[in-house]
Amino acid sequence: MTTNRPIVEVGNLRKSYGGRAVVDDLSFTVDEGEIFGILGPNGAGKTTTVECIEGLRVPDSGLVRVAGLDPVADHAAVTQVLGAQLQESELQAKLTVREALELYAALYPHPADWRPLAERLGLTDQLTSRFGVLSGGQKQRLFIALALIGNPRVVVLDELTTGLDPRARRDTWEVVEDVRARGVTVLLVTHFMEEAQRLCDRIAVIDKGKITALDTPQGLISRTAESTIISFTPSAPLDDAELAALPAVGSIEEKDGRITLGGTDETVTAVLSLLARHRITAHQLRVTDATLDDAFLDLTGATR
Amino acid sequence: MSATATTAPVRRTSPRAAVLRAEARLFRREPGTLFWILGFPPLLLVILGSIPSFRKVDPGLGGLRIIDLYVPILVLVALIVTGLQTMPPIITGYRERGILRRMSATPVKPSALLTAQMGLNGAAAIVSALVCLTIGRLAFDVRLPKQAAGYALALLLAAAAALALGALVSALARTAKIATAIGSAVFFPSMFCAGVWLPVQSMPHVLRQIVELTPFGAAARALGQAAAGDWPSWSHLGVLAVWAVLLSAAAAKWFRWE
Repeated sequence: MTTNRPIVEVGNLRKSYGGRAVVDDLSFTVDEGEIFGILGPNGAGKTTTVECIEGLRVPDSGLVRVAGLDPVADHAAVTQVLGAQLQESELQAKLTVREALELYAALYPHPADWRPLAERLGLTDQLTSRFGVLSGGQKQRLFIALALIGNPRVVVLDELTTGLDPRARRDTWEVVEDVRARGVTVLLVTHFMEEAQRLCDRIAVIDKGKITALDTPQGLISRTAESTIISFTPSAPLDDAELAALPAVGSIEEKDGRITLGGTDETVTAVLSLLARHRITAHQLRVTDATLDDAFLDLTGATR
Repeated sequence: MSATATTAPVRRTSPRAAVLRAEARLFRREPGTLFWILGFPPLLLVILGSIPSFRKVDPGLGGLRIIDLYVPILVLVALIVTGLQTMPPIITGYRERGILRRMSATPVKPSALLTAQMGLNGAAAIVSALVCLTIGRLAFDVRLPKQAAGYALALLLAAAAALALGALVSALARTAKIATAIGSAVFFPSMFCAGVWLPVQSMPHVLRQIVELTPFGAAARALGQAAAGDWPSWSHLGVLAVWAVLLSAAAAKWFRWE
């Protein structure tokens, strides 16, 4: 699916505001054709990072290249290669969808035909609607259309589904997968685990301006200390010290007589033999894989 | 997608022309803005002209009538309303709502939006000024400016100063609400200086000297002189030009794109 040629390169990027480092020595590359996720808590520096890639902010130091171009020095050229959906930006309230598409198409030297684009994004029925009356999902689909209208090689989607209802969110995910299927590289900024897990080929987890992990979603999950969650209600009380002494056990929680342990496959075996030794029955025993959610909390745990 | 997408067959409009066209459409969709620029000054002229005593020759005004003095004043009102009331909230709103930022992610600079808005507002204000002159001539028999070239020059300089003042308000205000508040605060002194309550010619000497140093006071005097048939004095035109330059420079210095 990916061609392993970097289309976005970020090297030792730094940006601070008022002496506070928002982006602190970030380095990563995005390969052509992949969906690359940037995941992190609010204020982690995700948006600042992509704004440096879009050329909307000037880095304090470090290197940013988009298709080999410098987004600040070659801004006009980069805007033709990279389409952006910005966080918290709007259009003129009385501009219709059709007028917005025509206007933005006219800004690019080689625009896509907006009609099939609008159709693909399900905007055909809204062409005469004004921006101000569109629903959140319709606005986001219009912004995706505007990000694609210049026929870019990369699109940056920043918190695309924030504020959308679950239905609109799933529809938007399909659009993103469709965009990638057409060969456009996607740089996706999000704080939704489910979104990152579903869409991304690789994810950079950012916390306090630094990358704490960069891997595939499955890789991130399996590298956490607690990739397996075991929960059960014992038929007789268990000694906490014995539980804590189990191999690879991480967190131990007990609530209303139900015990939840974080650990690995090794912990599962050890719990079962511990229970057998004490002749304790485990009611409602559940063994589940950790989700990206758990991995994320683990990777950014130091800050909480 | 670059390889598979259909490219639009013909490039019809240049980017800046497309921005201007879209903004012109949006401008026409704002009845409030259109009323204040194009409707309010002519309406005020008609109301003032309906007062019988304003249409009587006043020996104290050198054989002119009060309505003769008010036509250039209402021409200025059109410029003041545009510069201080209608334009700043539009531009500040564009910044506040990220519309300028969205455009800076395209090959076109967001300044295209600002120049389009300033051009449209300025053009509408000039049209309003011409409507006032026409109504004055047709309804109240006010003679058209005898020194037409001088009048046009003073009008253009005053328009430049009004738009620059509006741009400065847009630069200083963080939100459209603040822009409206600052605009209103500067609006009334500007109207006073233009002579809306008391024509500058009729002000007491000291007050008049002060008012003539303000952009709209100087503009009122320059337009009044040109209306009467004289070339407007260079001191008034000079005051206007200096204000236009200073206000533009300040607006450019303090304007933030986001």
